[in-house]
Amino acid sequence: MAHDQMNGSQILIKALENQGVDVIFGYPGGAVLPLYDALFQQNKIRHILVRHEAGAVHAAEGYARSNGRVGVVLVTSGPGATNAVTGLTDALMDSIPVVCFAGQVPTHLIGNDAFQEADTTGITRPCTKHNYLVKDVGELARTIHEAFHVARSGRPGPVVIDLPKDVALATGPYVPASKVKHKSYNPRVKGDLALIKEAVELMATAKRPIFYCGGGVINSGPAASQLLTELVRLTGYPCTLTAMGLGAFPASDGQFLGMLGMHGTYEANLAMHGCDVMINIGARFDDRITGRLADFSPGSKKIHVDIDPSSINKNVAIDIGIVGDVAHVLEDMIKVWKSTQAKPDGKALKGWWKEIDGWRGRDCLLYAHSDKVIKPQYAIQRLHEATKGRDDVYITTEVGQHQMWAAQYYGFEKPNRWMTSGGLGTMGYGLPAAMGVQVAHPDALVIDIAGEASLLMNIQEMSTIAQYRLPVKVFILNNEYMGMVRQWQELMHGSRYSESRMEAMPDFVKLAEAFGAVGLRATKPSEVDGVIADMIAADGAVIADIRVDQAENCFPMIPSGAAHNEMLLGPEDHTEQPSSEEGMVLV
Amino acid sequence: MTFQPETERQHTISVLVDNEAGVLARVIGLFSGRGYNIESLTVAEVDPRESLSRITIVTSGTPMIIEQIKAQLERLVPVHNVNDLTLSGPHVERELALVKVRGTGDGRVESLRIADIFRARVLDSSTESFVFEIVGDTGKLDAFINLMEPLGLVDVARTGVAAIARGPGEI
Ligand SMILES: Cc1cc2nc3c(=O)[nH]c(=O)nc-3n(C[C@H](O)[C@H](O)[C@H](O)COP(=O)(O)OP(=O)(O)OC[C@H]3O[C@@H](n4cnc5c(N)ncnc54)[C@H](O)[C@@H]3O)c2cc1C
Ligand SMILES: Cc1ncc(C[n+]2csc(CCOP(=O)(O)OP(=O)(O)O)c2C)c(N)n1
Ligand SMILES: [Mg+2]
Repeated sequence: MAHDQMNGSQILIKALENQGVDVIFGYPGGAVLPLYDALFQQNKIRHILVRHEAGAVHAAEGYARSNGRVGVVLVTSGPGATNAVTGLTDALMDSIPVVCFAGQVPTHLIGNDAFQEADTTGITRPCTKHNYLVKDVGELARTIHEAFHVARSGRPGPVVIDLPKDVALATGPYVPASKVKHKSYNPRVKGDLALIKEAVELMATAKRPIFYCGGGVINSGPAASQLLTELVRLTGYPCTLTAMGLGAFPASDGQFLGMLGMHGTYEANLAMHGCDVMINIGARFDDRITGRLADFSPGSKKIHVDIDPSSINKNVAIDIGIVGDVAHVLEDMIKVWKSTQAKPDGKALKGWWKEIDGWRGRDCLLYAHSDKVIKPQYAIQRLHEATKGRDDVYITTEVGQHQMWAAQYYGFEKPNRWMTSGGLGTMGYGLPAAMGVQVAHPDALVIDIAGEASLLMNIQEMSTIAQYRLPVKVFILNNEYMGMVRQWQELMHGSRYSESRMEAMPDFVKLAEAFGAVGLRATKPSEVDGVIADMIAADGAVIADIRVDQAENCFPMIPSGAAHNEMLLGPEDHTEQPSSEEGMVLV
Repeated sequence: MTFQPETERQHTISVLVDNEAGVLARVIGLFSGRGYNIESLTVAEVDPRESLSRITIVTSGTPMIIEQIKAQLERLVPVHNVNDLTLSGPHVERELALVKVRGTGDGRVESLRIADIFRARVLDSSTESFVFEIVGDTGKLDAFINLMEPLGLVDVARTGVAAIARGPGEI
């Protein structure tokens, strides 16, 4: 046997090593037994045994988002692969690099409705960036290297490799990553310089400019956030971030207007509505941002920097579209800005800031504080206060009101510190994601800001957390409702709370204890600080059950189908009128 | 500024892809998943050495939709090249149809006469039927089939459009 000949499972391990993989999140089964056998016989790659395959993918997403590497997943055929589908879709929507290996029945049985057979490539085709079925062990190494290349380059995303059991057992050659050439997939990273110059010129002549930046800045790596901060400060222009972009620009900076969009700040949304030049860096004009498209920032010229040409001109017509990687384009923009000695119109800018400060004066995130019941916003503010100034705090969330309150009230200063399911909005994301973050950053303070309903969707991962002694903290804003659903029912369906009440919930303190974690509870505002302190001080995992106001709604809110300047700022804005028919059909 | 609803237009798009399992499913899935029209789609291997196939798609949409379709096609991993023949200059389009007409007497004679005008060939004949082969652009085939309808049209099989740019340039 030539020395580069080995079996498929060994090829897989070797390729993973070659790709710098140090951890896999997975769950075994018949079709992947050869792979697990190979894992057993090595000690370079760590395997984290999750409790459900959805947890494995979300953990890989948290891992990837918090350290910029590719998250790796290993699942068995059939139900293992189908359980991974939600996580894969989540990673696709949020552009998270993940490589997922799925076992498959042996090649000669494919198509026979064999035991635990599923058409994995067929099922995952629309929910992955790309997928492969490897039928020839000779193709395995090359395919794995290409999968990592596809997952991490361009607009990142999930890639599935479907691996029949006989291929994992067959003998074939190993090909190192350096020998693999990618035939067709080589996305453009450098922006067109002529367009960048044009964009800078437009920026410099703006009278009411705004930077609207998103997840693409995070995807581009920490340097992109630094460059963005440099450019924003250089220009003196206001900056707003999407829910996926939080941390790309420091929240404490005076030029930051907060998050924009459906639950964004009054000032961010009005500035977007009234601007004359919009500079979109790595955001995708999601409907949660644009509201009613016909009324979206009607008077502005729009610059859009995105690595994926299909994001440009998708929903909103763009005046200058620059295809490229954020960091590369920002570097050039800064150079051009400096070399042309661009001087913004100081007087116009002053007037613009004055207008913005007027909007800021509305203090849209103000809420009625109470001494009797814990306001969820207050709980987040106290959590932020208690963890401020630390560089090693990572926040994940589930999906719902608590997620939006976390986005609004927890100030992120740096990229990769905030992991949330934005595009798909997957309840049950936060706990496994926190697990993945903690694996990537063993000594960090990792907190899942959770809703009690979402948390139950992947609560089984508490067992994984226990097994690996991961000191993950779960901070539940427990309102005993699917709060976000309840809010929409209140605003749009005549307060008929159909099936949104969370009854028969577990005692989360006892639940924590059952999983070997510490359980804490706060029921009064005066207890919040103490519980937070105890949670942070605890060595191991904690579930903190914060009993919050059940009736609180998340404001500001732009109802579906409305325009930016039709925002509801608080309960007093609440009209009994159902929203427009056009709006009602929207999600 | 948002896009005004502009008029829809038909585009013929030529896509060079790796000839591998699933590539057609990716393209078709993209169209159905995102709600784009497919008016015609043809595919066959064109470069056995490099194992490349050409997919020719006839679709229609507003300029914004057509731009999306091309951008979405381009980001599929096995896609090498996407060319909008409708925009990139003069090109030729051809389609082939096999048309079966059943009849006797005058109708039968008439179908043969029309076939002659359209330069359709007779591939098969029996005492009460013909199978014609006709090549041309889509409009010509449509016209021929319409004329055959009252004369006893039984079955039609069409290949869909194949297209290529005029002149010496490569796609
Ligand atoms: C309950 C709920 C409420 C929500 N409310 C809001 C809200 O009020 N406000 C809000 O902002 N969001 C909200 N979201 C999230 C929202 O659904 C979207 O996920 C989010 O707005 C998208 O963020 P983004 O535009 O930054 O795009 P992302 O999904 O992060 O996409 C990134 C973009 O950058 C591009 N890109 C990737 N890598 C690079 C690179 N290296 N260089 C250049 N470009 C790159 C990609 O092609 C893509 O176009 C909410 C979600 C939920 C679940
Ligand atoms: C898997 C899944 N199912 C359903 C939904 C719809 N949904 C969005 S928010 C929400 C309620 C979340 O409740 P909870 O976790 O308690 O958070 P809260 O809004 O109360 O803070 C639901 C059901 C979803 N986003 N994901
Ligand atoms: Mg809740």
